[in-house]
Amino acid sequence: MSASSAFNEEKLGSSSVGEAEYAYDPVSGKIFSSDYNRHDDLKEMLDSNKDSLKLEAMKRIVAMIARGKNASDLFPAVVKNVACKNIEVKKLVYVYLVRYAEEQQDLALLSISTFQRGLKDPNQLIRASALRVLSSIRVTIIVPIMMLAIKEAASDMSPYVRKTAAHAIPKLYSLDPEQKDQLIEVIEKLLADKTTLVAGSVVMAFEEVCPERIELIHKNYRKLCNLLIDVEEWGQVVIINMLTRYARTQFLNPNINESLLEEGSGGEKMFYGSDEDEDEDEKEKKAEAAAIAKRKPYVMDPDHRLLLRNTKPLLQSRNAAVVMAVAQLYFHLAPKAEVGVIAKALVRLLRSHSEVQFVVLQNVATMTIKRRGMFEPYLKSFYIRSTDPTQIKVLKLEVLTNLANETNISTILREFQTYVKSQDKAFAAATIQAIGRCATNISEVTDTCLNGLVLLLSNRDETVVAESVVVIKKLLQMQPEKHSDIIKHMAKLFDNITVPMARASILWLIGEYCERVPKIAPDLLRKMAKTFTAEEDIVKLQTVNLAAKLYLTNSKQTKLLTQYILNLGKYDQNYDIRDRTRFIRQLIVPNEKSGALSKYARRILLAAKPAPVLESAFKDRDRFQLGTLSHSLNIKASGYQELSDWPAVAPDPTVRNVEVIDPVKEWAPSLGKAKQPKSDDKFYSDEEEKGEEGSDSSSSEDSSSSTEESGSESEKESNEESEKTSTDSGKSSSDSERSSSESEAEQKKKKNTKKKNKPAAADSDSVESEAKYSSSSTESSSESNSESDSDSPAQQKISVKAKPKVELKAKKEVSLLDLDDFSPAPTNAPKPSVISSSLLSDLKGLSLSNVSPTLQITTSSFGPEKTHELLHHMTGKGLSAKYHFPRQPCLYQPQMVAVQLILTNTLDHSLEEIHVGDRSPASLSIHCFNTIERLEPGASVTVSMGIDFSDSTQAANFHLCTKEDQFSVSIQPAVGELLMPSTMTEPDFCKEQKKLQGMNETSATIIMATANASIQTISKQVLSVANVGVVSSSNNFHRFAGRTISSGDLVLVSLEPKESSTALLTINTEKSVVASMLLRDLKQALAQA
Amino acid sequence: MIHSLFLINASGDIFLEKHWKSVVSRSVCDYFFEAQERATEPENVPPVIPTPHHYLISVLRHRIYFVAVIQSEVPPLFVIEFLHRVVDTFQDYFGVCTEAAIKDNVVVVYELLEEMLDNGFPLATESNILKELIKPPTILRTMVNTITGSTNVGEQLPTGQLSVVPWRRTGVKYTNNEAYFDVVEEIDAIIDKSGSTITAEIQGVIDACVKLTGMPDLTLSFMNPRLLDDVSFHPCVRFKRWEAERILSFIPPDGNFRLLSYHVSSQNLVAIPVYVKHNITFREGSSQGRFDLTLGPKQTMGKAVEAVLVSSQLPRGVLNANLNPSQGTYTFDPVTKLLTWDVGKINPQKLPNLKGTMNLQAGASKPDENPTINIQFKIQQMAISGLKVNRLDMYGEKYKPFKGIKYMTKAGKFQVRT
Repeated sequence: MSASSAFNEEKLGSSSVGEAEYAYDPVSGKIFSSDYNRHDDLKEMLDSNKDSLKLEAMKRIVAMIARGKNASDLFPAVVKNVACKNIEVKKLVYVYLVRYAEEQQDLALLSISTFQRGLKDPNQLIRASALRVLSSIRVTIIVPIMMLAIKEAASDMSPYVRKTAAHAIPKLYSLDPEQKDQLIEVIEKLLADKTTLVAGSVVMAFEEVCPERIELIHKNYRKLCNLLIDVEEWGQVVIINMLTRYARTQFLNPNINESLLEEGSGGEKMFYGSDEDEDEDEKEKKAEAAAIAKRKPYVMDPDHRLLLRNTKPLLQSRNAAVVMAVAQLYFHLAPKAEVGVIAKALVRLLRSHSEVQFVVLQNVATMTIKRRGMFEPYLKSFYIRSTDPTQIKVLKLEVLTNLANETNISTILREFQTYVKSQDKAFAAATIQAIGRCATNISEVTDTCLNGLVLLLSNRDETVVAESVVVIKKLLQMQPEKHSDIIKHMAKLFDNITVPMARASILWLIGEYCERVPKIAPDLLRKMAKTFTAEEDIVKLQTVNLAAKLYLTNSKQTKLLTQYILNLGKYDQNYDIRDRTRFIRQLIVPNEKSGALSKYARRILLAAKPAPVLESAFKDRDRFQLGTLSHSLNIKASGYQELSDWPAVAPDPTVRNVEVIDPVKEWAPSLGKAKQPKSDDKFYSDEEEKGEEGSDSSSSEDSSSSTEESGSESEKESNEESEKTSTDSGKSSSDSERSSSESEAEQKKKKNTKKKNKPAAADSDSVESEAKYSSSSTESSSESNSESDSDSPAQQKISVKAKPKVELKAKKEVSLLDLDDFSPAPTNAPKPSVISSSLLSDLKGLSLSNVSPTLQITTSSFGPEKTHELLHHMTGKGLSAKYHFPRQPCLYQPQMVAVQLILTNTLDHSLEEIHVGDRSPASLSIHCFNTIERLEPGASVTVSMGIDFSDSTQAANFHLCTKEDQFSVSIQPAVGELLMPSTMTEPDFCKEQKKLQGMNETSATIIMATANASIQTISKQVLSVANVGVVSSSNNFHRFAGRTISSGDLVLVSLEPKESSTALLTINTEKSVVASMLLRDLKQALAQA
Repeated sequence: MIHSLFLINASGDIFLEKHWKSVVSRSVCDYFFEAQERATEPENVPPVIPTPHHYLISVLRHRIYFVAVIQSEVPPLFVIEFLHRVVDTFQDYFGVCTEAAIKDNVVVVYELLEEMLDNGFPLATESNILKELIKPPTILRTMVNTITGSTNVGEQLPTGQLSVVPWRRTGVKYTNNEAYFDVVEEIDAIIDKSGSTITAEIQGVIDACVKLTGMPDLTLSFMNPRLLDDVSFHPCVRFKRWEAERILSFIPPDGNFRLLSYHVSSQNLVAIPVYVKHNITFREGSSQGRFDLTLGPKQTMGKAVEAVLVSSQLPRGVLNANLNPSQGTYTFDPVTKLLTWDVGKINPQKLPNLKGTMNLQAGASKPDENPTINIQFKIQQMAISGLKVNRLDMYGEKYKPFKGIKYMTKAGKFQVRT
């Protein structure tokens, strides 16, 4: 780093040089001209206790940073202010810190604790900004801290914090690439996130950290497609580019049939050889695919269709980058017939800033080579204005040339005529090249072009003439036999042309085709012999060439002339010419010294030269994904991800199946069954197509509704999911589909066995870290530690009691083991409810006596009452499972919700090895029950599990496995079960409620059944819905308090009766989702009773 | 993504740098200066320049180069679009985007850049969110700040980023509730020598200035929505509704914003509101050229053509011009050879005319090409495409807003070849 040197320099020069420089600089002039030891001055200001002085100092420092001046020696003074109250000072300190932390690693560590504190702030925005700054500090020592912070933030309730976590991932990765594996886990988790806020950022992280792990996208593919339109614009660009790459690996080429047709019949003739070449290149690959395609017509994967459909509206974005991203997606993925839609949008971009025009035109140029027809209607939009910058003109010219065909060539040539006269000579020259290309490509106009170019030879401008001659030379080279008259004409023009390059070109041309103009050539040589000494070097060289060629073909006439010219050349001032002369003489004039070469002189000099190919500079550019930096530069940029070729056989499309869409399939079961026999041979059979199509449309509908009422989204989904599990299991039981579902299951199994080791280890890791965190972070830990020790065994007993004897032994072992593993957990875990009841009775005494019993009664009585079915015995092949929430603190971890499972064997033989299989989402931490070795016929067993729902009602999906089978089941918690009761006094309640106003308050007026008059019945109703504690109240209000189990956030419920059986229900909590769901549930419950 | 940003002025000084990842030495700009030297004109500097370790992507606006340093593959348009967004934000904040304005507000600039990108990936680019975070400097606020020591940084946290409508700030209050819409259309055209139209297209925008209290939900419908077949929307517009009913339905951002831009392509017939009669000739051998130019209105639906300005880049051989305008004033810059004629309003009874002679350099040959003529004009109260707003309705709020709509047609890139 040049930092230190710059610093020294500055110190030395501060008195004189610095002063002079600042004089004209308004900012620094104001600031620095007063004194030399400005840094001392700044330090003093920073140390003062006035915020205004600090702010002034920080502003100056930031101004220094902005101008690239070194301010690193102020580091200690600045870092001190990291905890400053003034928000602007704080922000500027962050700016400084992020800039210099890398250079002053040790001192930077001083600031870390401030951010760590910020990470635990109840306000999501402060948590987010703390994480943002923390992750921007590039100090390797804090990598573990960052890792922890990211992991924690990734499961934060607030989507904004999760977004920040996604942003932090690439930062950490660039700091320490060894964290890749752990980071990928976080990415995987965040990819499953359903909010639009997170989607763009996490895909960005994915692209930076692990773009090769394409399999992580499978499960999220449809979700990303559906969310896309609501993601912020920058995220859209990243997601679309990623999905393009994904789609190329997963779907079949939609144009495969057409390319086959072309190959087979040779029907549509291509203009550019390139296409055919390419076809041949790919022939082998395609042959395989073709074989398949012949057997069965191509049908687009519905997911492929989904992507195309959902990206199309984005062509209307105001952001050029988004439009370009969609355009390249269509170009690379869409069937030929549909690509056309992008042309209009791209043409619209041409009105934008010239930089945007530049990039868009580059891409259009590449597209026009492959798909010319697309842009033909917009030909006029590419016409050139005299005010365009030259680089834009040249690109437009390129596009126009690519678009030229038999029908429009006349208009294009007329335009070109105007351009040729342009004052911008570089552009005029480019136009001549373009005319040349048109002439070679379209044989009808070759003559017209040639004549036009010949006319240009009389132009006054050197560049134009030279360019014309060069282009004419190239054109003549292609078909010299036809154009001897032009050659003659050029020879005639020779006297008038002064531009050396053009003269040289004519000489070469005459020399090359001297046999066609046998009379003119020697005459020209004669003229040249006269003026040889006055010519430019390049002309002299060509004269020597001409002489040599004539000597070989027509030595009778030109022998003397040649010798004369060679003699002139021999004594020329330029050594190139002397060399060339000597070489030619040895080659052509036979003498005794001449070597073997002279025999071949004719073959050397008059070899048939291949005609130069006039082709677009953009010909091969489509090997790069369009819209990329690499495409723009035509060089592979670092970090460029190749766009793979289409697969010959489509990979398994079922990998993208997320269970959510299954119910849709189930809605039309007759369809699936009726056509069953076909369905098991291929994935692409018709009825699956239909089924999935239906599901697609429904899911896209979902997304549309979610934009409007995002609040209810999660509920809906959860409903769907629960529905799905029931229907899902129904499906798998039906014999017809079993085969396919089994094969899927097998595949899954294989995958799992592969992955098993890694995720398992990682899981336990994260669990541990969480446990550690909770021990330090849970505020309530101070409440009473002494009690907890004695409590835990009691708790354990309770849970154990509930189980039948068979289970007891095994269960005990497990829990003991676990207690060892997670020693901090039990100390925290059982507290709240137990404390709550004891404290309640202790503190409240008589006034509470009528309430606290209800609490206790309700907690114990409502638990088992609501039993939900987990697995029906029909679906479970005899194994039936039910679950309920016992509302007891979970034994295994404080964040987990305790769930009791009752497993019953309805078969006439015993079931073996009942255990929990793999789960989804993968990050979900479940404490499973111990494997049940054997369940006798007709017997049932109760086991308990712990599930960390992370305060969301997202269902926990897992497999319930027996020795032979596995059944996917899901536990769907009601929101009220995610709470635990919390005790507080009325004043405390009010105080807490005041803190949670505004955004954190949700309220609604509800109608209550009149029977709910008494306090007990209302409490009963509320407690039946939510696991909260009753707060005694002095007036008519009903108050209940609870905490969310996973994050421990307060949830305060208050019910204020109003006239005529209505009441105002208010819920105060930071978890707004919880609040709204709870509100709905309570409303329902209170209205029903 | 974006590693660093350098701001370079016309004389080649780097006057601001900002790094989002580790620091990139400013010597990387040398490659940019090289490219700048190679390009003769400032606008010919290629927007994407590769260097051995980095890639430079630059935009030129207000004679300042905004040079972004990139280290790995990223769509160039992504960066270009973002840089333009940065410039727009500066303009929004400081009124102008000049070197002086940026230097005077360097702290605000830095704070803005810090919020706009996180680790090189755009974070908050919506002007409503930014203004909530960092208040734009005004003279009054600067004075108050110096006296009271308060700050430009908003005390609020960026709640806008959490909202479902991130483009609109919350808690907006106005005493006068008003919503103005400007339909502005620009005609891009190339007219050839004989006066026939080679290509003509219309670029239209609807700019809005909405100052409404609360969370209004607006719908805007058109008399002839079929005209709008090529449009791009502000993110606030509900696309589905447009697809289905051809109605613009949106919750507007607060303040000024561009609701919609549209393109009526060259395939449609576009009315050309002015015509030009010209006679510009140079005679071989003589050192004189004749210049005669007359403007006239055409297809303006009775509206006056105003603010007409004619400019033309005369051939390099022209030494000076001796012209006589029937109205307005003309100037000729003998260095750049740029002729401008400020015509003003076209009076259909007495058509404006500019006539006279041009003197050529002695001995210089006749120029190959006649100059092209660029014309600017304005027509109030008319949208040349015929687009008309039908009605504007507001839902979600109780008060009655004041609504206004204005139409204007301007010349975009309007060229006449002679």
